Amino acid sequence: MENEILELLENDSRISAERIAVILDKPIEDVKDCIKKMESEQIICGYNTIINWDKTQKEFVTALVEVRVTPQRDRGFDQIAKRIYNFNEVKSVYLMSGAYDLMVILEGKNIKEISHFISDKLSTLDSVLSTATHFVLKKYKDHGIILEKSKTGDERMIVSP
Amino acid sequence: MTEKKSFVADKIKKIPYSGIRKFFDVAKEIEGVISLGVGEPDFETPWAIRERAIYNLEKGRTVYTSNAGLMELREELSQYFERKINVKYNPKNQIIVTVGASEGIDIALRAVVNSGDEVLLPQPSYVSYKPCIEMAGGVPVIITTKVENDFRLTPDELLDKITDKTKALILPYPNNPTGAIMERNDLEKIAEVLKDRDIVVISDEIYAELTYGDRTHVSIASIDGMYDKTIVLNGFSKAYSMTGWRVGYAAGPEDIIAAMTKIHQYIIMCASTTGQYAALEALKSCDVSVAAMRKEYDARRRFMLKGFRDMGLECFEALGAFYLFPCIKCTGMSSDEFCERLLNEQKVAVVPGTALGESGEGFIRCSYAYSIDDINKALIHIEKFVKKYRK
Repeated sequence: MENEILELLENDSRISAERIAVILDKPIEDVKDCIKKMESEQIICGYNTIINWDKTQKEFVTALVEVRVTPQRDRGFDQIAKRIYNFNEVKSVYLMSGAYDLMVILEGKNIKEISHFISDKLSTLDSVLSTATHFVLKKYKDHGIILEKSKTGDERMIVSP
Repeated sequence: MTEKKSFVADKIKKIPYSGIRKFFDVAKEIEGVISLGVGEPDFETPWAIRERAIYNLEKGRTVYTSNAGLMELREELSQYFERKINVKYNPKNQIIVTVGASEGIDIALRAVVNSGDEVLLPQPSYVSYKPCIEMAGGVPVIITTKVENDFRLTPDELLDKITDKTKALILPYPNNPTGAIMERNDLEKIAEVLKDRDIVVISDEIYAELTYGDRTHVSIASIDGMYDKTIVLNGFSKAYSMTGWRVGYAAGPEDIIAAMTKIHQYIIMCASTTGQYAALEALKSCDVSVAAMRKEYDARRRFMLKGFRDMGLECFEALGAFYLFPCIKCTGMSSDEFCERLLNEQKVAVVPGTALGESGEGFIRCSYAYSIDDINKALIHIEKFVKKYRK
């Protein structure tokens, strides 16, 4: 049941436990308990909304930063990753295979703000060897959602055999 | 002045328009209708399929294919049959690609029915069988399936209608409109009846990919003794959400497929070439998409079933296709009256069971090829209506 609940929530974080129970044909209490359990075990880590900020008045810039670091003895990359992900400006941090070590996704009001963060905070960390910054120009698809999908409506006939 | 002469053949004049068409004519005049009335998926055709079709158009692959369809597609279909229903068909002479399963119904009947032959037809079922039997010169013999049997065809019902004129049996499962399926033991009982009789089965398996719970579709062609007397019809419309592409297929004994190909060659030439390339891609790469759609239908099925039961409508648990078939007898209305008044008073379109056979009286067909939110909206209106008129 856990995976089925997770798939439903991943698709629509607002879906109610009642509806999940109907869809999966399970008792509502079991569904609620299961969700609580997964929250406490941090299988479910949060409930976000996918927003296309480009369509709002809010100034908003995203940057992907490739970061090369020196791993630390006994702690590998975790210690330096933690130093980075604790900053509020940092949206995501992934440890990567390949030419660099950490992929850091930053969000800020404008390019200047992000540049400041990189030069003042990120590059100056002891273990950071180098950074390469890529600014996002346009988001087409995020978390499986096409952001500007042309709405065609239901073109099917009202009734068909 | 003399009355204008009608040139339309008597045989065609006698065939009525389908009840669904009549109902559609009423429904389309009303603004803002919430519909549970369609018989086609709401999903877009998976992008991999559309992209492949575009690529082939760009390449200029727009000429006729061989009459029976692209060899590559028939080879892929042959493997698909083996994988899905555990039956082997030779792609060279036992498979034909048709213009939807609809054409398959027509040419299968024309290939086997002699004038005056009786064709057994379980109802409620899809609207085309009866007129196609008649146009092929056959005599439809209706078998009424019953809700107490979950609308499955029973051996007794079958035996009861067999005469020495019986030539064929149409086996429409998973069923539109009831959502009923036939499981292996049901089919074995039917096979037992047919074993020593010369009756060919036309098994319309267009909803084969859409069965729910832990049940997978079983084809009567895979039951002992039935392979040589079964024509399997299927298509891409429902499973791959490809209704508008019009690609179906039929498989069966060599001589029957040859006869069907002969008819197909004269009336159709070949199914749409772009559609055939798209279908090939569907078979090759879209199992995951089909599974995801099936899962979504299943969620909606349970949601809608609970909705009907909560509002006090009896509804058997359909295990296939994408329809529920609740009983509306508690309102004292006929199916036609229920649907017309529901449309006028609540602006919800559902299909009267009688549009799919007289034995559908007292039932309505509700499709769950809609989002759960849309289904929910429709259910709220249906509940109001049922509460008001329940006797």
